[in-house]
Amino acid sequence: MLESELKVDGNAIGGLLREFFTVEMTAAESTCAGCGKVHVVGRVDVYMNAPGVVVRCPSCTNVLMRVVRGGGRVWLDLSGMRCIEFTDPEA
Amino acid sequence: MGFISRGFKGRREPAADSSRLPPGQYLVRDFPVLSAGPTPHTPLAEWSFTITGAVDADKTWSWEEFRKLPSETVTKDIHCVTKWTKLDTSWTGVAVSTLLEGIDTSADYVVAFSDGGYTTNLPLEDLVDGKAWVAYEFDGRPLEPEHGGPARLLVPHLYFWKSAKWVRGLSLRNEDEPGFWESNGYHLYGDPWREQRYWGD
Ligand SMILES: [Zn+2]
Repeated sequence: MLESELKVDGNAIGGLLREFFTVEMTAAESTCAGCGKVHVVGRVDVYMNAPGVVVRCPSCTNVLMRVVRGGGRVWLDLSGMRCIEFTDPEA
Repeated sequence: MGFISRGFKGRREPAADSSRLPPGQYLVRDFPVLSAGPTPHTPLAEWSFTITGAVDADKTWSWEEFRKLPSETVTKDIHCVTKWTKLDTSWTGVAVSTLLEGIDTSADYVVAFSDGGYTTNLPLEDLVDGKAWVAYEFDGRPLEPEHGGPARLLVPHLYFWKSAKWVRGLSLRNEDEPGFWESNGYHLYGDPWREQRYWGD
């Protein structure tokens, strides 16, 4: 299998993030806690053939986000993302 | 035993296979590739394996030195937490007991660390006495990078996320420190027969 078949872009997690954040997130902007670069969520690197979803910074490969779902629970680690800016659902 | 005779036996004794299938798992014949990040391609000249942490002195082998260590070929069933099980997989590598020979430690736990930053935690006793290997061949051929080559940890009695791909060493610890998946929902120990998938299982 080619590496390019394992890695997809952030649009692949659009549905998942909409469930958690209740708004469309693919246009949200995330700041990498590793290198400080800002990336639109739709353009980050996503690995889904894994025990969870792993989202990485396209600039430095730092893990931005990890999502594990199972047994009726979700574990969401955003420690690799210093900040995420998205449209206020109230606006 | 050839493929045909094994297949024949399988049809006559279907229960023999299901007794090797932990709860919630299904059988696969292929070898699915799981990946949580870019595949590292560390040149063998730059590869090394290190025992570090709670030890008097680190122990390190180059690739050349590592390949001169006594090796074993084992056939094991492997169980991935994403629910596939693959029977009778054949691996060649160095037993972890061999790597720990002569090492004096008070540690009860290990963090295996890999190229690419992956880590996983295990009790030290789960790595010794013929329970774990650092494998560099699969099915008689060099382990492919997508499956963890040049070398991966092989701990077949635990869920396969414990069998860290691209492993570069073991850090001995006095405390059990959660690794990459264990710090985000996955079980600290991961026994497939007790279906220890997530925290609290
Ligand atoms: Zn970054």
